[in-house]
Amino acid sequence: MPKLFSGAEIVFKSLEDQNVEFIFGYPGGAVLPIYDELKNHKSIKHILARHEQGAGHAAEGYARSSGKPGILLVTSGPGATNAVTALTDAYMDSIPIVCISGQVPTHLIGTDAFQECDTTGITRPCTKHNWLVKDVNDLAGIMHKAFIIATTGRPGPVLIDIPKDIQFNKGIYEVKKNKSPYKLNKPKFNNINPKDISKFIEMMKNSSKPIFYTGGGVINSGPKASKLLRELVSLTGFPITSTLQGLGSYPGDDPQFLGMLGMHGTYEANNAMHDCDLMINIGARFDDRITGKIDEFSPKSKKIHIDIDPSSIGKNVNVDLAIISDVSELLDKLIIKFKDKNKNFINSNKQKTSKWWTQIDKWREKKSLNFINSTKTIKPQHAVQRLYELTKDQDTFITTEVGQHQMWAAQHYKFNKPNRWMTSGGLGTMGYGLPAAIGVQIAHPKKLVIDIAGEASILMNMQEMSTAVQYKLPIKIFILNNEYMGMVRQWQELLHDKNYSESYTEALPDFVKLAEAYGAVGIRAKTPDELDEKIKEMINSDKPVIFDCRVDKQENCYPMIPSGKPHNQMLLGPEDEKDVSDEGKTLV
Amino acid sequence: MVKSKSAYSEPTKLEKEDFHNIVVWVDNEAGVLARVVGLFSGRGYNIESLAVAEIDKTKHLSRITIVTKGTPQVIQQIKLQLGKLIPVHKVADFSRNDPDILFRELALFKLTGTSVKLNKAKKLCQKYNSFVLDKTKKSFVIQVTALRREIDKLTLNLKPLGLISTSRTGAVAMTKGKEIFIQN
Repeated sequence: MPKLFSGAEIVFKSLEDQNVEFIFGYPGGAVLPIYDELKNHKSIKHILARHEQGAGHAAEGYARSSGKPGILLVTSGPGATNAVTALTDAYMDSIPIVCISGQVPTHLIGTDAFQECDTTGITRPCTKHNWLVKDVNDLAGIMHKAFIIATTGRPGPVLIDIPKDIQFNKGIYEVKKNKSPYKLNKPKFNNINPKDISKFIEMMKNSSKPIFYTGGGVINSGPKASKLLRELVSLTGFPITSTLQGLGSYPGDDPQFLGMLGMHGTYEANNAMHDCDLMINIGARFDDRITGKIDEFSPKSKKIHIDIDPSSIGKNVNVDLAIISDVSELLDKLIIKFKDKNKNFINSNKQKTSKWWTQIDKWREKKSLNFINSTKTIKPQHAVQRLYELTKDQDTFITTEVGQHQMWAAQHYKFNKPNRWMTSGGLGTMGYGLPAAIGVQIAHPKKLVIDIAGEASILMNMQEMSTAVQYKLPIKIFILNNEYMGMVRQWQELLHDKNYSESYTEALPDFVKLAEAYGAVGIRAKTPDELDEKIKEMINSDKPVIFDCRVDKQENCYPMIPSGKPHNQMLLGPEDEKDVSDEGKTLV
Repeated sequence: MVKSKSAYSEPTKLEKEDFHNIVVWVDNEAGVLARVVGLFSGRGYNIESLAVAEIDKTKHLSRITIVTKGTPQVIQQIKLQLGKLIPVHKVADFSRNDPDILFRELALFKLTGTSVKLNKAKKLCQKYNSFVLDKTKKSFVIQVTALRREIDKLTLNLKPLGLISTSRTGAVAMTKGKEIFIQN
């Protein structure tokens, strides 16, 4: 007779076998048996959030900065529904999350019991897979399968809904080994055809205007992928641009790097994308914020697309060569073959791409990220630049909320390593950055973790300051405070006849006092002269800090591709604003 | 109507839509049909008809046949998105015009009326493997098996002859010859 364990014990045994160190969660009636079991498992530490959404984003921040899956534990009903935003966010940005939710006892399911909801029904479209456990003997198998599904292929969130009676019931803990890996992302990925590699190399050799366009897939493939990408870029001498999610996979201050592309990307990156004759997409997905008007997207180029998710291929843009593969796996094979056959390629190819580089340098001369600085008010771009200059010498992790500040951070903060940049790109979740910073600080206790925030976003999950204080997590919340929902205000100014409908926050808390109320440190900077000194004060504090940086209220985020325009029709600054067509105004 | 200013973006040029029979082999587990159907509704694909039943009791396999309409790009996405669902084993795409594929749908019709009309109706059904399953003096229930479009047409023709109730299974499909569909 095999030894029997309660469902709650099986949950923890599975977590232990998966080497889980941290759970982010919030207790409630339907998960009490699991919380009761927590005390018997010293290797697992629970981080108590103040809201399930916060717990979810913290798990995301943990996962993105550490490369390990984030674990989320919530109760039934409101616990599960509060987690939905975080699960959807993780689904859009391909972040591995294992969410365990309590459920009302099996015999009450379907009776509209207290704190009951159809959790698996609600989360079906925002998870890779989910389960309602109906037999405690299935629990161990499901737990381990959940980790495999969350972390392999294109990563993403999974959810296991466990009714309270199943948490009490006794069952066997059996992990089936030597089973063939679970089938995922059919057809088989990493089954790279050597002919495709040859074609890839041939296309690179034939190109005189090439560009690498890389995305979050490089980060998700692990640090090795970033290393290989750097090698490939330096072997070829080609220019490279990155999506928002891919920042850090290639050094932001390298001369071959053209900066971020897309709606708020640099002039040189977007024009190079538009005019290139070969686009090499590595781990990005032709998102609508990247392509702009799809009919006029990079009209003259051949396109190569590498993605681990077969459904990303041909979804938005048709390509000439598609390879379904993990990024490191492919780059590894490609580089070996490329180096073997093309010694000294960078020099022999220099002439072929020299005109292209000359053109790129011309675009660069526009200095599209420039802004008019001021000695009286702090310009938000200036604040991010100073933050970068004062933190670049240490290994710094940046999270953001969503809006103008997020784009300024992406434009002006240069990343040199992967997993240092955590931002909600796909779903665009305001309130992401503070809890994500908590997760990052948990994974990297000694490192500097900064949430570059806006005053509107930060209020969406402000309660998590209390979590940061409880666990002595010295996260820094750097608020670019312009009293507006800045990106909404910008769109209203440019596209809705300056009708600033509901985008101004008439009552804001005193962020310094608020920090003190939470038991954190509050710092305020109002003028450019005091900015550096105050930032240093923030960095040197060993406590959580809320930094209220009062910035110019009217500043807009440029450059910008207005909706309905292709890459080569960007707005570079206020003097271009009159060019927005009536047609463009109707698009978002 | 004033054009909405909150439109997300404008649809670009559209390709021609065509009918396809998508056949999906799935584990027969709780919620699997909801996953498949939810994917269609969530991503805005059409379902013209749906037929599903367990086909292997020991392996708990079900076969779902969905008739859908879409541009080549949409059909390709449907196949790839279905392939990502965990309980899905394989996905086949049988185009309506593929001569190597058999399509059939079963329909039950109930008609009432005079014997003249009923006899006329019976004759119309005859070329579609018809069986009379139930008969009274003033009514009958008849079973036919045919292509979807044939049943569509038959339904129209039976209307004036006393058709009062119709039940259809939705199309199912199978390859001709000795081969079966294998996912590459």
